[in-house]
Amino acid sequence: MNGSRERVLGRIRAALADVPAGEAPPDVSVPQTYAASHEQGERLELLAGRIADYRAEVHRTTGGGLPDTIAAVLSQRRTRRAVTASDAPPVWFTSTAAEVVRDDGVDVATLEGTDSVVTGCALAVAETGTLVLDSGAAQGRRIISLIPDHHVCVVNASDVVASVPHALHRLDPDRPLTWISGPSATSDIELERVEGVHGPRVLDVVLVE
Amino acid sequence: MSTAFMGMPGFPRAARAAVNDAQLRSNLRTATRTIREKRDAAVSELDDWQDLRAAGQAIKNRTLRHLDLYLERLESAVQAAGGRVHWASDAAEANRLVTRLVRDTGESEVVKVKSMTTQEIELNEALGQAGITAYETDLAELIVQLSEDRPSHILVPAIHRNRAEIRDILASHMAEWGTPAPEGLTDDPRALAEAARRHLRDRFLTTNVAVSGANFAVADTGTMVVLESEGNGRMCLTLPRTLISVVGIEKVVPSWSDLEVFLQLLPRSSTGERMNPYTSTWTGVAPGDGPEEFHLVLLDNGRTNALSDTVGRQALRCIRCSACLNVCPVYERTGGHAYGSVYPGPIGAILTPQLRGTTAEPEASLPYASSLCGACYEVCPVSIDIPDVLVRLREQVVSQPGHRSEKAAMRAAGWVLGGHRRLGLAQAAATAARSVVPRRLPPPASAWTDSRDLPSVPGRTFREWWRDRAEGKESGA
Ligand code: SF4
Repeated sequence: MNGSRERVLGRIRAALADVPAGEAPPDVSVPQTYAASHEQGERLELLAGRIADYRAEVHRTTGGGLPDTIAAVLSQRRTRRAVTASDAPPVWFTSTAAEVVRDDGVDVATLEGTDSVVTGCALAVAETGTLVLDSGAAQGRRIISLIPDHHVCVVNASDVVASVPHALHRLDPDRPLTWISGPSATSDIELERVEGVHGPRVLDVVLVE
Repeated sequence: MSTAFMGMPGFPRAARAAVNDAQLRSNLRTATRTIREKRDAAVSELDDWQDLRAAGQAIKNRTLRHLDLYLERLESAVQAAGGRVHWASDAAEANRLVTRLVRDTGESEVVKVKSMTTQEIELNEALGQAGITAYETDLAELIVQLSEDRPSHILVPAIHRNRAEIRDILASHMAEWGTPAPEGLTDDPRALAEAARRHLRDRFLTTNVAVSGANFAVADTGTMVVLESEGNGRMCLTLPRTLISVVGIEKVVPSWSDLEVFLQLLPRSSTGERMNPYTSTWTGVAPGDGPEEFHLVLLDNGRTNALSDTVGRQALRCIRCSACLNVCPVYERTGGHAYGSVYPGPIGAILTPQLRGTTAEPEASLPYASSLCGACYEVCPVSIDIPDVLVRLREQVVSQPGHRSEKAAMRAAGWVLGGHRRLGLAQAAATAARSVVPRRLPPPASAWTDSRDLPSVPGRTFREWWRDRAEGKESGA
């Protein structure tokens, strides 16, 4: 601990001399008149549309069709090897011909040589087309969805929430979270959007109803 | 970044040079207009925008009025989650702290996530003097670093460069910093982004220390939040063993649920997107996933000075979205460098003098780098009344001993807008109108202020309106 802590806190208290001694934080009221969600459309339709706006692709399927859909997406992107979370459901990969590596602490070099990653997600936000990963079930460590150039994310319809407020309500801040809204992108060169600088350049979302 | 802002001339002189640069002006005009239109579209999608804005403003006010309490709460939450918290009262102390933390790891290289706070304290230079190389990993920051330039915009720091210049910078300088640019590099943005990807890939995978800032720090949970687009942030925040985040004390928000306001306000105001491609949040360390060590450096560096001014305090609400830059007629003509600070545009004009005081150039001239048109206030997602703070800072500048000449500052700043006498009159009129009917300008400028949210800068500037009016062309409506 350095003396700076006391110095900075002391300066703050001196700077706030105008704040009445009896004032508590709730005395500064925060209007809660904003909407919990914006009623912009049916959740799944909205999510699919928003994701398409980000130039990611949406594939809609049912529980029974999931293995074939995953196989089709991987073959469409010419995936030879895919990585997935150690606890991803085995049924996801019953149709694909690609080699599937489970994340039991795979090293970076292996990830570098892997074409695709297939994960689940904690939830998806319809209004913004956002997927949220929290390292929970079927998601694995943050690194696996970062290094391969192609990310396939499986979203269960029951995990689609309408809005950002609803999402925060359901998420656990103690877990490391990654919010993904479309593929990696930069607009730094004359504001022209280019997909993929460092994160996955291609994002496929498989929506399971 | 080797060129510091120290020794910058005042705004008028720097602006004069910028305004004469036709290429720069055309780059800026196109860029600000494009971002403005995207922002307007993204904002108009939410019918509760003004409610979100009011909530954002109130949350920040609540935090600032009880900042000591929230910082102590943040400190204990971060510690409980396995992180370590350090306090820095000024830039020198923050730099010493970070240098020591890097040295303790035994490493001499760090990767960096784009962060205005570390630019403000000139961390890269300080690390360099200690023999530690700091690598910028955001594409725009990389361009700025390779060309020994300075950022000119909060969101798109290399906005003043066109693709041909960027090609030349990457082609001639990448080799000095690591993986060279590929042979025959073209100026196609895709090729340039690909060159950056290759240049940085190894660096991400082998560097053990990262330095970042944070957009928000949640007091009750100890959670840090970083918004980005490229994925370089995710690389830096998850791959290295040690993560050091340098965060201004004003970045704290009270609780997790407050993010529901800011995660709606920031992306739409900033890049004009519903949500930026990537947002990372982390709370201390997560065993087996990401850095093993997390250090939070809480930075004052003049913020308590701004806090002590009951009018100027509101500048600390800023969430660095850059919306105010993109609507500012002065910024559009001068670009960011003229402001002589890492904080350009309208927010820079009030924040920099408050952080650094108004006794020296360029700080004393910054409060004049504005036409007081009010457009910045209208788009600000946390409703900072920038014109009001500017007027107050002007009072402060003229009242202080040794102030050379308000007239000189006025003359030159007026020149930027095209005519100092008219500007003076326009400012007087604007100021008078504001004090009678707050936040309203005479017609037709009132169209800006009547609609609470400014769609885009109207066809005529205030200056043009004034000229037309003076020449008897004003129809009265
Ligand atoms: S002052 Fe307001 S508009 Fe400008 S950058 Fe800060 S938050 Fe954005």
